[in-house]
Amino acid sequence: MIKTRIIPALAAAVIALPGTALAAGETHLENVSFSYEGPFGTYERLQIQRGFQVFHEVCSACHGLQYLSFRELGGRTGPAFPEAQVKAIAAQYEVADEAGEPGDTRAAKPFDKFPANTGADAPDLSLMAKARAGFHGPYGSGLSQLFNGIGGGEYIYSLLDGYRDEPECAAEAEMDGSYNTAFGPGGYPDSCKDEEGHHTVPGSWIAMPPPLDVDLVEYVMHGGPEGDGESHAGEAPEATVEQMAEDVAAFLMWAAEPQMTERKQAGLRNILMLITLTVLLYFTNKALWARIKRKE
Amino acid sequence: MSGIPHDHYTPGTGIERWLHSRLPIVGLIYATLMIPTPKNLNWMWIWGMILAFCLVMQIVTGIVLAMHYVPNVAQAFASIQHIDRNVNGGALLRDIHSNGGSLFFVAVYFHIFRGLYYGSYKAPREITWIIGILIYLAMMATAFMGYVLPWGQMSFWGATVITSLFSAIPLVGDPIVEWLWGGFAVGNPTLQRFYSLHYLLPFVIAALVAVHIWAFHTTGNSNPTGVEVRRDSLEIVRKDTVPFWPYFVIKDLFALSLILTIFAVFVFFMPDYLGHPDNYIEANPLVTPAHIVPEWYFLPFYAILRSITDDLWIIQILPINGKLGGVMAMFGSIAVLALVPWLDTSRVRSGRFRPRFKWWFWILVFDFLVLTWCGSQPAEPPYSDISLIATVYWFGYFLVILPLLGLTEKPLPQPETIEADFDAHYPPKSDPTPAE
Repeated sequence: MIKTRIIPALAAAVIALPGTALAAGETHLENVSFSYEGPFGTYERLQIQRGFQVFHEVCSACHGLQYLSFRELGGRTGPAFPEAQVKAIAAQYEVADEAGEPGDTRAAKPFDKFPANTGADAPDLSLMAKARAGFHGPYGSGLSQLFNGIGGGEYIYSLLDGYRDEPECAAEAEMDGSYNTAFGPGGYPDSCKDEEGHHTVPGSWIAMPPPLDVDLVEYVMHGGPEGDGESHAGEAPEATVEQMAEDVAAFLMWAAEPQMTERKQAGLRNILMLITLTVLLYFTNKALWARIKRKE
Repeated sequence: MSGIPHDHYTPGTGIERWLHSRLPIVGLIYATLMIPTPKNLNWMWIWGMILAFCLVMQIVTGIVLAMHYVPNVAQAFASIQHIDRNVNGGALLRDIHSNGGSLFFVAVYFHIFRGLYYGSYKAPREITWIIGILIYLAMMATAFMGYVLPWGQMSFWGATVITSLFSAIPLVGDPIVEWLWGGFAVGNPTLQRFYSLHYLLPFVIAALVAVHIWAFHTTGNSNPTGVEVRRDSLEIVRKDTVPFWPYFVIKDLFALSLILTIFAVFVFFMPDYLGHPDNYIEANPLVTPAHIVPEWYFLPFYAILRSITDDLWIIQILPINGKLGGVMAMFGSIAVLALVPWLDTSRVRSGRFRPRFKWWFWILVFDFLVLTWCGSQPAEPPYSDISLIATVYWFGYFLVILPLLGLTEKPLPQPETIEADFDAHYPPKSDPTPAE
């Protein structure tokens, strides 16, 4: 399910082998097969629910989700939380009360949007899954995205799962933040560069401390939308770092585009219609020109 | 319209005669739709209709998007999210519009290279060609300003880089840039004027398209043989041509339908593939993206711009710096395109009958693709060196190869008439020995 690669695929090791030269900013990426990938891919409801739980209990301490409305949590093709639960979730967030005095807040309602970030320099996560590319190759052409997708989800997964012990070459360096194999634009010690300035270890140092730890979240498996009647209690997966990273990456892809499934469904209908039209026009054109081309 | 002898509209009923004597608009539409069109046109002649469709599609989707978009730096980015998430069909409209720009440029590049191969620019079609280049320039300006509107990181930094190019002009450069910006940096005045011009320019393009069509309806279409339609009489014209309606309308509609099917794959299944992820980050004047790259359709010219650097000997001996040299090369690369009717000295119009020209032409196509790729890469070796070689070939093709080739090349025999060419492919049934 998870394939390992370095961009461009230089070595299959998590940390590049000693002596392997990496271009500046080169990072390590895990290729995850998410359920939403491909022309028929859809969001997996229970995974989006779990991912939301991770966001809610961990990420939302610092990160905002300012373009997503609470009501969308009830979306049929997304987490599909029951209406009552959407209300209950919204009520746990404070938003600006525009009816009150400036600075007043109130409990959020389904029509509100998630609050923007609450501090630090934590970027908003509404579009994070679309704002990062996981795949760039071959040779920077981006053509691999035709087969792999753009890879925002993979990037988020790889980053959350990319915290490693500092490499030996950085032992002497005083670096701010944490070493992360998937994070490109952060600080990087000169001691980890070779004579030509190439990086010898992937990634860089990121300000965000490792946010996930085993069993940080106790997964609660919710039911489906009202009337669904399914019970998923007892199906909760183990909350490993990989599991939580994958779930929250899938959730953030959904948050970036809650209507992806509808888009693909519409695409199928449109393309079928266009193919039919094309076939009809092909024969119309052929029949029309037959006399001119002396084929009848 | 003048030009090739053709059928004329004759008003039949009383109402038609009444209108025709006051405003001969039905006659104009009739003449335009029924124009005698060379019957040997191949599939490379579909792109004009695709382009006309693209213009209409972009204007229609753009007008609706403009109803929801907010041209203000504080709200522009959020208004795009509003369109994507809350406007009914908004995401689809935006995906059609943004990918529609790409389809527009795919079509225009096929159209331009078709013209270059078949010598469509040659006399008497120089005006059609020049108007075409003006349309292309207006398209580039429109697309560039349109890309700024979502106010993402690439919008902002792309706008900053491209407008700053004007600062390379000696003496007046900096005042011009400030005048373009409406301030001392890309900001709200810039966004608002770009929005205004992005709305205006498509209508300028529409007017230029009308003139473009008028011009080639006067000279007649070019065609793959480069041999002109015989104009001696209506009878002879009918041997070389068929009316545009229905023959080419249906043919073009078939091609359009096929192309729209491929287009729909992009719009519905990978709407962000041709965009840049950084444009999903709101513009931030304090954070510069690692690689600022324009949209794919500008990459060849971006590569030419960056290929000229201070350390080139030609820059060393000229009283200009590399930046100005790059800007001049970029504009020059389009200027040579506009001058091609006079740079190509060959008496033969179509590349089909020019054995050596073909090679140089296909190298030019390859050169264009190489420039596209180089433009997407960082400006460092080996890409900068490859860009420079490719830039030299681009200018060499137009300024050296085309003028010399026309004088030295021995062309192949051309068919006498379009009818003869057509009959060679589709022999008349009554003829017992096909003219192969």
